[in-house]
Parts: sequence; structure tokens; C-alpha cells
Amino acid sequence: MTQPRIGDSDLLYRRPVSVWWWTRKRNYFLFVMRELSSLFIAWLVLYLLLFIRAVAHGEAAYVDFLDRASSPWLVAVNVVAFGFLVLHTVTWFSLTPQAMVVSLRGRRVPAAAIIGAQYAGLALVSAFVFWLVTP
Amino acid sequence: MDDQISLRVTRYRPDKDLEPSWQDYDVPLREEWTVLDALNYVKSDIDTTLAFRWSCRMGICGSCGMNVEGEPRLTCATFLSDYAPGPVRVEPLGNFPVARDLVVDIEDFMEKLPRVKPWIIRDEEQSVDDGEYLQTPEELDAYKQFSMCINCMLCYAACPVYGLDPDFVGPAAIALAERYDLDSRDQGARERLDVLIEHEGVYGCTFVGECTRVCPKHVDPAGAIQRYKLKAAQQSVKAFLLPRALQR
Repeated sequence: MTQPRIGDSDLLYRRPVSVWWWTRKRNYFLFVMRELSSLFIAWLVLYLLLFIRAVAHGEAAYVDFLDRASSPWLVAVNVVAFGFLVLHTVTWFSLTPQAMVVSLRGRRVPAAAIIGAQYAGLALVSAFVFWLVTP
Repeated sequence: MDDQISLRVTRYRPDKDLEPSWQDYDVPLREEWTVLDALNYVKSDIDTTLAFRWSCRMGICGSCGMNVEGEPRLTCATFLSDYAPGPVRVEPLGNFPVARDLVVDIEDFMEKLPRVKPWIIRDEEQSVDDGEYLQTPEELDAYKQFSMCINCMLCYAACPVYGLDPDFVGPAAIALAERYDLDSRDQGARERLDVLIEHEGVYGCTFVGECTRVCPKHVDPAGAIQRYKLKAAQQSVKAFLLPRALQR
């Protein structure tokens, strides 16, 4: 039998990764919340589709939808979902300049301009939707 | 300022211990001392059996990376006084197997690095008589940031994806692939893409961004990886939409 040597892989100590690793650092926690926010985005998309379906089915279905939407538990879910929606938007907008290098006339566009352009786009689309739905 | 500070250091003797334990050392708290200076003081004056890696003492060699108070840091660039009154926890670099005390086994990184071919690849090598490959300052700027990497592996220690899935190629290797891809003298992007679009390549990354935050050289590996994803996606769309003759 050969003697174990220092540096042999069976003498290495492998530190276990705890399932709670994401609570160890603020940035890890924010990352996991950002990932989790996708579920709430999916919920809000579904909710919007249900809303459009109710509108398409006429007055009675629309009133029925509004009734259900005002139930306390659905309001609570949507408030939480809105919180995650804001987190999702803010975090992804702020990450965009790292992933996208935009050059204008041979010069790199500063990060603040890219982030600003996204908020401007969001404001524009929101204004359009607001105009669309107000009588 | 107190004149002493306590260092709480990980000890692991592979031939004796089943798992690491802590050992405390009191060292002088001097304003100009880094954590590495304190470890060298322990080694020379208190306990000669303590093992750790270091070399240049000035943030160039990338050898002295350790977790200080849970954060991956170059110990030669981390001042003791920032942790006063202490104690200062010093552990081996996270996510790597521990070989002894503060020394980690870096075999995995050494195996991954050459996989992304971090060197200049030419379709056809220009002869020496044709002179050097010239580059404009703008062409240099395109990749300079990524060329600052010193292979210190702090980014691997900070990356939870690498911690959970050691097959992930990892931040530094991908940033170095990007460094050569963006080099105007290089023609090897295609070869590197084949390695990096594997599951363990760029798509393993979930953009936690911690690699960029801990990088002592401001390389921004997270940015490099996301840019690679964008490039790979564009390639796929092109390959799908355009006839072969128009690709490139």
C-alpha cells in the first residue's frame, strides 16, 4: 500500500456549501430576490391576460373581474407583486450597461445614459398606455 | 489605537485533522501593516507551522488571495487597521478545496484556463520580415480592461455559481477569453465560442455580479460574460437567418 502524500486529492478538505448561502451577503440576497421576482412578473402577465379576457367577454365578466380583484388576499398578492416588479425593473435596468456596450461616433456611451434611456422608454410606454385607457 | 489585534486564522493539517479549526494569534496593530504583513509576522515570530501563499506584496502576482472577514481579498492590499479592534477572521479562499491552513488547491482553475485558449490565435502567422502587428490606441482600449486580470481567483471565491457547480468555467477564464476576442490581432473567436457556449460556459452564469465587485483590478468579469452571451445569441440568430455565404 502506498503512503498518502500531501496534496493527494483525498487529503483536501472540501467545504460544504450551505443551502442558506444566499443569506450570508447582502448582494447574494438581492440576487436571489431578483431571480425570485421573475415569478411575480409571470403572475402579473397572467393577471393582465385574464383582465383582457374579462374585458373581451363583455360588461358582466368585467364587473366580475373587478369584484374578484378587490378581494383582500388578491390585493395583498398584487401589492407584493408590484414591489417585486419595481425591484426587477430597477435591478435589470442598472445591469444593462454592463452587458451592452453601445458606441456612438466611436465613443462609448456612458452607463448613466443607457440607464436613463431605459427609464425614458418606460415613461413613454407608460404614458401611451395611460392615454390608451383613459376615456 | 490599541497596539495589538487578534488574528483568527483557519488551520488545517491534512495529515492530522479531519476538518479545519480556528487558531488565534495576537499581532501588533500597525497602521501600515496589511493582513499579509500580520501573517508573515505570525510565521516568523509566533508559529512557523502556519502555511499560506504569497509573493510580490504589491497586488501584481495574485498569490495572496484569502477570505478576510468572509470577503475574498488580496491580503497584501487589505489593511489591518480597517478591521480594528478585531478580531480579524482569515480563511482560505472560498469555493476551493483546502490543501493546508490558508493554502487552497487551484488545480481546477489551472485546468480550465487553457480551455478558453487565452492567447493570440492567427489563421496564418505573419512572417517576422513583415514586421509587427500594429494596433491603434482605440484598438488597445477595446480589450485593455480585461487584460488587467492577475489570475488571483478572488472572482471564483465570490461566485456562488462556481461554489454550487464546480464545472462552471468561471469568471476570470471567460474574461480572458473576451480579452483575446476583442484584440484586433486575434482571429480565434470562433474556437473560443465553441468552448464557451457549452452549458458550463457563459450560460452557467446567472449574473450575480459579485465577481466584478471583488476584482482588485477592476476587470469586470460579469460584464465580459454578459457581453459574450449577447454575442453568442447574435451568432445563433445569424446562423439561423442568413445563408452561409453572408455569415461573418
